[in-house]
Amino acid sequence: MSANDDLDRRLIVATQAGLPLVPRPYHALAEQLGTTADEVMARMNAMLERGTIRRIGAVPNHYAIGYTANGMSVWDVPDERIDELGAMVGALDFVTHAYHRPRALPAWPYNLFAMVHGSSREEVLAKVAEIEALLGGDCRRHDVLFSTEILKKTGLRISNSAG
Amino acid sequence: MPRPEPAVLDEVDRRIIDALQGDFPICDRPYAAAAETLGIGEDELIARLQSMLERKVLTRFGPMFQIERMGGAFVLAAMAVPMAEWERVNSAVNAFAEVAHNYRRESALDTPFNMWFVLATETKEGIAAAVEKIETATGLPVYPFPKLKEYFVEMKLSVRNAGGAA
Repeated sequence: MSANDDLDRRLIVATQAGLPLVPRPYHALAEQLGTTADEVMARMNAMLERGTIRRIGAVPNHYAIGYTANGMSVWDVPDERIDELGAMVGALDFVTHAYHRPRALPAWPYNLFAMVHGSSREEVLAKVAEIEALLGGDCRRHDVLFSTEILKKTGLRISNSAG
Repeated sequence: MPRPEPAVLDEVDRRIIDALQGDFPICDRPYAAAAETLGIGEDELIARLQSMLERKVLTRFGPMFQIERMGGAFVLAAMAVPMAEWERVNSAVNAFAEVAHNYRRESALDTPFNMWFVLATETKEGIAAAVEKIETATGLPVYPFPKLKEYFVEMKLSVRNAGGAA
């Protein structure tokens, strides 16, 4: 691993739990990592451009901000139509994530996942009914799984050792 | 941890959450720059972020990494856990650093999978190793559901609970 990659990696380890809550956080990171604030900021900008950093900001606990119902809707649709249907479902403003995932037959017949957030189960179910109507005859079967408890939420944790 | 109730948030907290889910600046005094656009002081922004982290309104404040761009992988996986074994299995699964999030879910129909977690590993091969370790530790099968295609990902939610707790 090159020295460049190593600094990126050490920056990730240093910030994965959060950015320092001090007036000059990039300077604080530079001091911690034995480099300059300019270098830290250049690395952060480069990682943002490459997509290694998706975004920088607040990650709200969606229960705490009022989205108390969180439904993972799952759909069994024809594989040959899934990209078209997935794009359609993903474009709905109440769908925050949509993915094509493999089935695990016989236990799991669903290949399209769409996450729907709302303030109540009724609201989520009403949105799921809209998806069902949109999919029409392409939907062979569906289910909704509501989260009832957060068991763990730490996010990504890579170790300090070089990998 | 039990599911938290909607938090008590004042108008400034709500504006901070709505405005700062992305685009936090990279500059010498980023909190000062962000605070200025919110019409508050740098000290106040830092204090409010600190408080919202402590109250678990925010789970994190900082960069969100996309590990796939570094050769790693994020994979959703599920298990069907018998209720009699719930506590044992939950502790065993959460003990793995590779488990980034874990949610209990209940199906509206007849789906047996009631524990859903995300594995985050530094290499793609790490996923299979983590699945095997969890199966060994729990004695139950783990079903990985890797994403084959992503149609839309935008996790920006505006604050719903205006005026604080319902």
